Amino acid sequence: MPKAFSVTVNGAQVGVTEDMTALAAILLSGTTTLRRSVSGAARGALCGMGVCFECRVTINGERHCRSCQIRCGQAMDIRTDE
Amino acid sequence: MNNSRRSFDVLVVGAGPAGIAGACCAAEAGVRVGVVDNNLRAGGQIWRGETRDSHLAEAASWLRRLASSPAEILTPMEVFAQPETGRLTATSSDGLCELSYKKLILCTGARERFLPFPGWTLPNVMGAGGLQAVVKSGMDITGKKVVIAGSGPLLLAVAAHLRAHGADVRTIAEQAPWSRLIRFGMAVASHGRKISQALQLKKQLSRIAFRAGCWVTAAEGNGKVESVTLRTESKTWKEACNYLACGFHLVPNTELASLLGCELRAGFVRTDNFQESSVSGIYCAGEPTGIGGLELSIAEGQIAGFAAAGQRERAQEYFGERKSQRRFSMALERAFMLRDELRPLPSAETIVCRCEDVKFGRLKEQSSWRAAKLQTRCGMGPCQGRICGPAVEFLFGWKAESARPPIFPVAVESLAATGCVE
Repeated sequence: MPKAFSVTVNGAQVGVTEDMTALAAILLSGTTTLRRSVSGAARGALCGMGVCFECRVTINGERHCRSCQIRCGQAMDIRTDE
Repeated sequence: MNNSRRSFDVLVVGAGPAGIAGACCAAEAGVRVGVVDNNLRAGGQIWRGETRDSHLAEAASWLRRLASSPAEILTPMEVFAQPETGRLTATSSDGLCELSYKKLILCTGARERFLPFPGWTLPNVMGAGGLQAVVKSGMDITGKKVVIAGSGPLLLAVAAHLRAHGADVRTIAEQAPWSRLIRFGMAVASHGRKISQALQLKKQLSRIAFRAGCWVTAAEGNGKVESVTLRTESKTWKEACNYLACGFHLVPNTELASLLGCELRAGFVRTDNFQESSVSGIYCAGEPTGIGGLELSIAEGQIAGFAAAGQRERAQEYFGERKSQRRFSMALERAFMLRDELRPLPSAETIVCRCEDVKFGRLKEQSSWRAAKLQTRCGMGPCQGRICGPAVEFLFGWKAESARPPIFPVAVESLAATGCVE
């Protein structure tokens, strides 16, 4: 069984397992806007495979992380729409 | 930043089915093999989330074979430049890695083709494979209303997968007309395996409305998609949904091949009988040589793996299988050709380049891809035209220019370390 723990998405705790991506955790939290486009529009994930860069979020303080390509880690702090 | 160096006789880029097959064959032939992939694990998009204990027998068997082979698996690691012949540079979570090789096998796979229409940038409008990948990565789709649209056999596989995970799949809208799908069905009727796969899918998809000759003209919603407008030649209607999963078949990932100087033909990497590209010692297998699906990728991967390891006789054992699978590949291309009605979908206000928010109206004033880049920054954001490039090619007929390093965005210090910048 994959290990279960929680991460925070915009300050709220979300229960996840270690085989989930940060993107899955974000969507599980009910958040749909991941970032703002250069003209300020809400954007969500598109390709799911690390190509489109639409799912960029801030993870543990590091900006522009592709959330679809990063696995959840214990106590990971994820911030969207920054 | 930590720097590390690795050296291989055969380096494989891409650990999908073609790369796994290539790495296994080369490693089992006794040479030093490394296989690098920018995803978290080997398997590629088609076997994303599958493991050695998977219920999917073929995936499980190849993943077991790879794990027990002497090939070194390097994931996640993203190749972004070749500072000199025989040496690639890649980034990983540990920093920069230099990968030296004598022979290289490119198995960089494909991505979905996206076409712009009003509302396609709304959150929860994703690729068909995109939504499937996110569900495979742990997102809960139970009870969500999903419309699947676009083109290609992937739509059916995605529908079956999402339904198995509890999604309420409302409609599958395939842009290709029935007439072409029926011809496709006849053409693949000689492939026993494809037929049994199709019959199994049919069972999994019972009671889902499958519409051929049907396409999305717009997505609507406040902050995220809430409905889509669907059209056929005879009618237009709205369908409520929580997600729109929309992709128009596949386009090959040829950026690295192009960077390394491999010749492309009609957008695909040109290879000889042994899967060797126009650059001596660089092989290519799988979707970048022509969109042909799983079985063709595995056949080509095995040929490339044995050939790169110097075992050309063993490589030849797979020529027959490759030939038969290539017929399927040609049938695919004919069946899922894009219809002209998809071209006028974007309005002047529709975003085409999502990275730089370039609208269709501005692009229409340009004369070429180069002019569009210079005047509007289209294709110059972090995806480097991977999403808008194929769309622009379909809409305006402009071909993307050759790739330049870095082929993925990297930190300035990584670039400096490779000598790509002074």
